[in-house]
Amino acid sequence: MTQFKDRIPLPPADAQKTNMACHFCIVGCGYHVYKWPANQEGGRAADQNALGLDFTRQLPPMQITMTPAMVNQIQDHDGRQHNIMILPDKECSVNKGLSSTRGGQMASVMYSEKTPIGERRLKYPLAYSGDDWSETNWEHAMALYAGLTQRILDNDGPDQLYFNLFDHGGAGGGFENTWATGKLIFSGMQTKMVRIHNRPAYNSECHASRDMGVGELNNSYEDAEVCDVIFSIGGNSYETQSNWFLAHWEPNLRGSNVAKKREWFPDETVGKGKVILVDPRRTPTVAICETVAGKDNVLHLALQPGTDTALFNGLLTYVVDQGWQDQGFIDEHTSGFDEMLAANRMELDECSRITGVDRADIIKAAEWAYKPKASGHAPRAMHAYEKGVIWGNDNYRIQSAIVNLAVATHNVGRRGTGVVRMGGHQEGYTRPPYPGGRPAPYIDQELIKGNGMMLTVWACNAFQTTINAETYRQVIKRRAAIVNQALAEARGASTDELIDIVYDAVKNKGGLYIVDIDLYRTKFAEYSHLVLPATHPGEMNLTSMNGERRLRLSERFMDPPGIARPDWLIAANMANALKQRYEETGNVEMAERFAGFDWTTDEDAFNDGFRMAHEKEIDSQGGPTGHLATYERLRAAGNNGVQLPIKAYQDGKLVGTEMLYTDNNFDTDDGKAHFQPSPWNGFPEVIERQKEQYDFWINSGRTNQIWQSAYHDQHLAFRKGRYPMAPIEIHPQDADSLGIANGDIVEVYNDYGATTAMAYIEPDLKRGHVFMMFGYPNGVQGDVISEWTDRNHIPYYKGAWANLRRIGANPAYLRDVSFKRRRYS
Amino acid sequence: MSQLSRRNFLKLTGSSAALGTLSLSPIAQAQQESPSSPAGSTTLPYPRDVVAQLSELSVNQPVYFNYPDDRSPCVLIRKGREIKGGVGPDRDVVAYSTQCTHMGCPVNYDQEAETFKCPCHYSIFDPDNSGQMVIGHATESLPQIVLEYDEAEDALLAVSVNGLIYGRQANII
Repeated sequence: MTQFKDRIPLPPADAQKTNMACHFCIVGCGYHVYKWPANQEGGRAADQNALGLDFTRQLPPMQITMTPAMVNQIQDHDGRQHNIMILPDKECSVNKGLSSTRGGQMASVMYSEKTPIGERRLKYPLAYSGDDWSETNWEHAMALYAGLTQRILDNDGPDQLYFNLFDHGGAGGGFENTWATGKLIFSGMQTKMVRIHNRPAYNSECHASRDMGVGELNNSYEDAEVCDVIFSIGGNSYETQSNWFLAHWEPNLRGSNVAKKREWFPDETVGKGKVILVDPRRTPTVAICETVAGKDNVLHLALQPGTDTALFNGLLTYVVDQGWQDQGFIDEHTSGFDEMLAANRMELDECSRITGVDRADIIKAAEWAYKPKASGHAPRAMHAYEKGVIWGNDNYRIQSAIVNLAVATHNVGRRGTGVVRMGGHQEGYTRPPYPGGRPAPYIDQELIKGNGMMLTVWACNAFQTTINAETYRQVIKRRAAIVNQALAEARGASTDELIDIVYDAVKNKGGLYIVDIDLYRTKFAEYSHLVLPATHPGEMNLTSMNGERRLRLSERFMDPPGIARPDWLIAANMANALKQRYEETGNVEMAERFAGFDWTTDEDAFNDGFRMAHEKEIDSQGGPTGHLATYERLRAAGNNGVQLPIKAYQDGKLVGTEMLYTDNNFDTDDGKAHFQPSPWNGFPEVIERQKEQYDFWINSGRTNQIWQSAYHDQHLAFRKGRYPMAPIEIHPQDADSLGIANGDIVEVYNDYGATTAMAYIEPDLKRGHVFMMFGYPNGVQGDVISEWTDRNHIPYYKGAWANLRRIGANPAYLRDVSFKRRRYS
Repeated sequence: MSQLSRRNFLKLTGSSAALGTLSLSPIAQAQQESPSSPAGSTTLPYPRDVVAQLSELSVNQPVYFNYPDDRSPCVLIRKGREIKGGVGPDRDVVAYSTQCTHMGCPVNYDQEAETFKCPCHYSIFDPDNSGQMVIGHATESLPQIVLEYDEAEDALLAVSVNGLIYGRQANII
């Protein structure tokens, strides 16, 4: 952000230029960071600025994205002031120079003491005492943390140490940080009482696909450019994987890639791409697809919520009855097809009845995606699914049904195909094996039951982003208050005395000691007892991979605020403090468990985990060839990085893998893809009850302007101004019947809780359906979601039914917020 | 500055000497080739251009003009109802740059939806709400042209811009 809104400083020709993969979504667009002294500016002539563009005249369209949100002024610890500018990289194959509304604001969210959002950053550890927090130093914070952890470990065992923990890439994640935290928690503490940032247990969102031998990120973004059909299931990629859609789907749907397809597949019938979208809601993506491809090339299957399994079983049955499966491939490279088909068989009429999708549309989908083309070749259909499936009615079952169909039609391992998740965050997983079983413990419920003595919340915020959230918050707040009360009485206590006092509160009085590690003082942090300031990419070197397994290094270019530290260093500090305490008490065995954290750089943490999976037992997305990636090689590879797994380092370049399973060798013991029975089995009982009891299906999801829990966005006027409260899309006739107008505050309530949302009337919504933005600080949709999960404790976030009630109008919402339609057509 | 806008600038300031008073501010002096600002000012030297006659406007019919120079296309709309930032006796006239703040594609006014739509990346902006992005890929609202109404002349004048126009280091080149 700049002081002036109608001009911005240009980087001089000699400005420092580094690489940055976007902090936010799975796509991981490439950006360049320019940094230069604040008292200098580049000139407007092309040879006078680092962008090489001539600003002495109006630039034509499509030359650049360069806005006030893309610049900022920062101050490093040496006191020097610098300007920064963060612009999309035109040479990056991921985004091809495009920025999204999220990534385009990266410069604005970097720490500056001059901006409102900068003021909100955590700069020092905070410790709760009396009735408030006070700033403290790392030594005190680590003494408290390690002391209490040691006491609980020694007296009560690791199962009393709970974690809410990130597992991803990008900001709040990365291979350095997943490794360090995993090593601390799984190897050192050896607790299994861990949940992941967005779900109440330690599990995979894609257990089913993995069990079938098909890793969920198995193709490249380029495959969306050359496929015949994009089969989008429970996704809204224009809003949530924006530049995957714009740079890769959109040209295919527009018909711009026919020549490329002809070149890639010379014997096949090729043409303009078609798209099938499965979603109960007509999303903004559906509307744009119709604009781009023409309605004749778009098939929107607006199924009844929660009936995906029936749809895909019905499709499979029809496809097999037509003989459109790839029987040769099935016979040679898969197992379990006949048993699966027998279990899943569903005739068209039954499928149509359950899903509410016209029989003709089911047939049309099957013909588009699976009927042999005029040339006799099977269509190349890219199947991509996301939260409508992952957070759907029985994750494991739906995903099995989708992968069954994709594998039966050989839409995996061939270019222009794939059966992939679209993704939320970027990825960045490298940890020792999780010490628990499967299903992993349901951590939220354990806490609600009163179990656990110490909870560390690491770069996440379940107060806004879990199911059954109201009950969860109530219990956490009540248990935290027990510790607060004990701390209030601890005047003049030494660190060891404080540990005694806290231990008594959590051991004997039902208290819960909470540690929150984050960029900001979140809602969860408000109820914590120790708050530790962390960093994000740019303030540390950080590696992640995107949805096509593309590994990149985001380079550090500035100092963090105050004395904030990277997560890997915080984990190392904790481990080293524990090691020291155990050494002091002569417990060599325990001291050894916390050894191996003597890192001094980001790269040390990367080298110890990601690059050691060929030698140690490590679950790493880099696999056994991860050691070929060094910081130096990744720096040279720039924003195009390398697609994992790495095949070789040749001629000074890392050579990666564009598509998995091209050799038909799948990730199972026998190398075959395993079909899985996944018969349709209706709805969970709690959902059936809600459906009978309440009038509205409370669909939920994202809007493109808000990232995750809005941890940055809630402090940015452009974002918060758009959505001061979580919007809820509602059909105009439903709104009329309840006396609701645009901008009204609406209560959403059921037997699990109540929350509020800002009415946003949208005629594309079906009657009886509403769509509420998920995870927002002002209006937490998770409050009305049941605690039901699938067999692996994956929640059914999309499964909530509730009633609505108008509370009233807020004149400021009406004045400052647009309620114009969000559909392009 | 275009010929038209220079003429309007002179007419409305009432003195050709106004141009002679322009000098570089300390900030501008430090910025090589940056636009000049009048001494003692931190605002850019925007022209004052007559861009339309109010009585000639039809409700919800876009009127196109250039501002602050002839390389910067803009649009003016009379909405027929009071809207945020509207000028004129009914506070119903607003104007915006038509270059999308994302990548500069010309936005189209959809008279039915009453929004600006970018055909390149499908961003949508709301003229009734200071150019707020309804959905899309920009990080900024559509730049709003600040208007004044001269009742005696029935004239709508563009006097400055809120927001950076696409493809420029500064709004005044």
